[in-house]
Amino acid sequence: MADEVLAPNAKPRLPNHVMLRQDHGRNRWVLLAPERVLTPDAVAVEVLKLCDGERTIESIARCLADTYDAPYERILTDISAMLASLVEKGVIVT
Amino acid sequence: MTETTVSPAVEGSICATAPIGLLAELTHRCPFQCPYCSNPLALESAETELPAAVWQDVLRQAAEMGVLQLHLSGGEPLARADLEQILATATEVGLYSNLITSAAGLTRARLEALAGLGLRHVQISFQDADPINADRIGGAKNGHARKLEAARDVRDLGLALTVNAPIHRQNIANLPAIISLAESLGAARVEIANVQYYGWALANRAALLPTREQLTASIPVVEAARTRLKGRLQIDFVVPDYYANRPKPCMGGWARTSLNITPSGKVLPCHAAETIPGLTFETVFDRPLRDIWLTSPAFAKYRGTDWMREPCRSCDFKEVDWGGCRCQAMLLAGDAAEADPVCAKSPLNGHIRDFATAESTGPIGPFVYRNFRNAKAAGLA
Repeated sequence: MADEVLAPNAKPRLPNHVMLRQDHGRNRWVLLAPERVLTPDAVAVEVLKLCDGERTIESIARCLADTYDAPYERILTDISAMLASLVEKGVIVT
Repeated sequence: MTETTVSPAVEGSICATAPIGLLAELTHRCPFQCPYCSNPLALESAETELPAAVWQDVLRQAAEMGVLQLHLSGGEPLARADLEQILATATEVGLYSNLITSAAGLTRARLEALAGLGLRHVQISFQDADPINADRIGGAKNGHARKLEAARDVRDLGLALTVNAPIHRQNIANLPAIISLAESLGAARVEIANVQYYGWALANRAALLPTREQLTASIPVVEAARTRLKGRLQIDFVVPDYYANRPKPCMGGWARTSLNITPSGKVLPCHAAETIPGLTFETVFDRPLRDIWLTSPAFAKYRGTDWMREPCRSCDFKEVDWGGCRCQAMLLAGDAAEADPVCAKSPLNGHIRDFATAESTGPIGPFVYRNFRNAKAAGLA
């Protein structure tokens, strides 16, 4: 599934067995999964925080476009690719 | 993954980074008797087990010092009636909890309670895909059937499932069926974990070590399954290191990323560390966990690369495989500071290959089952 494509109206969320939390001691955020620790960058963390299973990818992109005053289409493209790679890693489900 | 230091280096010691994982051996009691159990031969008795309140304090300290993942293990961790209390604290302090279980005692009701308390991941060991052989190896009646039922409950409740399959001479032929079993159970991961030879497994090595031909035949099976199941089932493959060219980076390096606490509270860099004579391990009653991690002589002894001799010292892989396994160097070379003899660069490597060939093609004797009676017979419990 290397070429996972997500529909813009998909509603991404973290599965129950994946945990997003701050790692205070190391001053970073981590995604904890079975036998794995992923370290999302600041942009990914902002996206992951919005992946609540209620919002669609479109509404997440719109939300980020408003917050950062950035072009919506570009954000939609970028986060769709990022979320697809996280789906492939098994840490996001839709 | 890069880690920041938790404190300045103590004078004369190597700068330690905070551990990521804690393996909590809550008890050595277990209804199974697997002959390759990773517990030491000297099993700790029920009377010496830490009470829940001490574990709760240890987990708070662990989270504070940077531990992210907790592996609740044993023996069989479900043998403790207070597992729920311990798990609740783990969740409260933000730890990601993984239950490593034989599934004995994992009823639907108990699993629901554990899931409600924040358990995220369950790892169930399977002795084989064939129920009769599985129960013979595990030494537990109807153990396999119970595991199947429990694995289905795990998935049903939305928890992540890992199938842990210890592989050896007496089940390696069933590898395709074992992978299919993991797939049919909806596991996210399967560990095809060739047995590593310490403790109980070492005592049973002649009955467990596969031949080189068996191992060679298993590799394309794993590769084909990986291709077929990509994105659905992650297959972690651990080779029997006697047949490897480079040693395993045991524990990601001694006292580098994780630690282990025994049922009675001894703090170890790995589960076999007590097999190295001359090391003194502190307990959770002696000093705060963080101080033990940072300055305990037993932890500092093989941390980093300063302790290395040749051929490790000048090796390009010294910070990749960390000299292999200290316990294995002790067992096979008689000195924990030598290169792990399974490394092709070790002067003892030819000898390892010779006895592995001889032993794996020799007769298969009966198992020395892992239980308190056999531990006593060995004068160890």
